[in-house]
Amino acid sequence: MIRLDNLTKVFDTPKGAVVAADHINMEVPRGEICILLGPSGCGKTTTLKMINRIIRATSGKVFLDGEDTTGMNTQDLRRSIGYVIQQIGLFPNMTIEENITVVPRLLGWDRTAYKKRARELMDMIAMDAEAFLKRYPSELSGGQQQRIGVARALAADPPVMLMDEPFGAIDPINRAVIQDEFLKMQAELKKTIMFVSHDIDEAIKMGDRIAIFREGKLVQYSAPDDLLSAPRNGFVESFLGEDRALKRLNLVKVREVFSDEMGSVKPDDTLETALSRIDDFGYQNAILMVNDRGEPAGMITRSVARTTRGYCRDHYQTAPPVAQLDDDLRKVASLMFANDTTWLPCVDARGRVCGHITQRAMTHHLGSRYRSRPEDSAPLRSQPETKE
Amino acid sequence: MPIRSLKSAGRWVLAILLFAAGVWAQRSGVIEDFLYYLPDVRYLAVQHLFLTAMSGSLAIAIAVPLGIVLSRPSMARFAESLMQVLNVGTTIPTLAVLALSMSFLGIGTVPAVFGLTVATLLPITRNTYVGLKGVSPALMEAAAGLGMSPAQRLFRVELPNALYVIFAGIRTALAINVGTVPLAFLIGAGGLGELIFTGIDLYDTVMMLAGAIPTALLAVIVDALVATIAFLVVPRGVNPSRA
Ligand SMILES: Nc1ncnc2c1ncn2[C@@H]1O[C@H](COP(=O)(O)OP(=O)(O)OP(=O)(O)O)[C@@H](O)[C@H]1O
Ligand SMILES: [Mg+2]
Repeated sequence: MIRLDNLTKVFDTPKGAVVAADHINMEVPRGEICILLGPSGCGKTTTLKMINRIIRATSGKVFLDGEDTTGMNTQDLRRSIGYVIQQIGLFPNMTIEENITVVPRLLGWDRTAYKKRARELMDMIAMDAEAFLKRYPSELSGGQQQRIGVARALAADPPVMLMDEPFGAIDPINRAVIQDEFLKMQAELKKTIMFVSHDIDEAIKMGDRIAIFREGKLVQYSAPDDLLSAPRNGFVESFLGEDRALKRLNLVKVREVFSDEMGSVKPDDTLETALSRIDDFGYQNAILMVNDRGEPAGMITRSVARTTRGYCRDHYQTAPPVAQLDDDLRKVASLMFANDTTWLPCVDARGRVCGHITQRAMTHHLGSRYRSRPEDSAPLRSQPETKE
Repeated sequence: MPIRSLKSAGRWVLAILLFAAGVWAQRSGVIEDFLYYLPDVRYLAVQHLFLTAMSGSLAIAIAVPLGIVLSRPSMARFAESLMQVLNVGTTIPTLAVLALSMSFLGIGTVPAVFGLTVATLLPITRNTYVGLKGVSPALMEAAAGLGMSPAQRLFRVELPNALYVIFAGIRTALAINVGTVPLAFLIGAGGLGELIFTGIDLYDTVMMLAGAIPTALLAVIVDALVATIAFLVVPRGVNPSRA
């Protein structure tokens, strides 16, 4: 757990005093990722670096796991905090192995222990130990160097990590990959992390909480969904952007919104049955055909069912795309737009149909969170009224 | 590969020219005259190398720590002005330095070593200082942030990363040193300068060359030696010649 208590930094510059961090109070619970977000020069880096004393605080205190760090020895404090700097900062004179074992060696681990640790770390960041450990940083790509930077910070298994735009120098595609890997790692390691970013999407994706800074002040500190649904003031609102409702699509999973009610027919049903089911369920255009294993197999349209006689298996159209229960709504919206449809069948992990999700349910879900106070964060299940 | 083949062609031409020069020297009897000076050359070369080794190692022993001290953040206020003083010092001719040291310490080996040390000090100090100051602030921050003490930062990060530049300074300094040692003869410290200056005084070209050529060879050998040490000592990741 990290707690900042009235942490303040005033820089004396020739042009006068600059208040880079102004009485910052916040707490990051153990095992969570907190993202410091805000426009350039708002004091994110300053706040982060006061925690490991790269910058000396003018006043205020830092508590780690409830313990005041003021009296701690600087070197000991830093060795217990993983630090990833924005410029990566691998030591060019050391091999990758030497780089990632810096802290274990400072702590006096014996040779076999830190060598073994180097291999574990390489596995953790999904890099080939044989191929990379003996190389020098200049022989790695930017993205690879950035991963090594993260591995170096993790080496002595510190409970707390500070990361200053750790994925800033990577192209968007690789950044998404590294972010995913990092989240996977975090799910196991459960570090308490403070993470500076200026990318809202990254913040929403990575953060359990987001702290918005402006001119040295902490303006809002909330969970991503609360931040997006209830920005505290005009500054936060404009900083998040006009498409902030769309950004929330990333945060909501299909399983929170879908309805488990789903009318369907079997291939052996007659078209007559199909037509009556369409009417019973109040569908407008069509009904889903499901095979014996419960997987979506096709669509029977109302017009075919009404004008033709025979079995469903002979008169179906191709099945629509499906949504997985763990997909986020952004992907679902994209599928709907691409296929010009307002609903999708939902399937479970084994591919069996287990319900459906409608555009209407999605907008209702997002809208209800806007109308409710951010405090009542219990997800509101929405009931779709009509389907096509 | 046109450049490489040009280079090797150049080498062949050089070898043939050297061979031709050797043949000419043999015919005209110059070689025999040279051989006459061989015992002198041997004795004086040892003396010469002794002067270089003494003043060179003294200079390194003083200049590297001096450069390190000047590069410490706490010295920032004085460092730049002190480096300016050292830069001005570089422009004083070595002969003048030797003359000055003779006027304090008299003649012989001691004033010669002293003067040579002073003349060699400057490039090494400057390169040590510049090399250490040139280590990227990001590296320094990473080193501090990972919990290295100031001494650990110096020995594990700063010096290894500045080593290539420091060695470049040592190379320059020693090249200057070997070339300057002949002047030490003028204040009575011996060395190959004895053959060179006596040869000039007596209009004896062979005698002069018997001093000059070994001096040049020594300079090349010392330079190659330092280059080899640098190649082996500077870590591969920061060694442009091993990239
Ligand atoms: N060493 C310093 N001396 C004087 N002023 C400083 C110093 N470091 C930072 N500042 C000032 O403090 C303020 C906050 O800087 P900080 O580096 O924390 O911003 P930031 O939020 O990290 O911005 P960015 O997103 O651009 O990295 C800025 O106005 C900056 O100019
Ligand atoms: Mg910053």
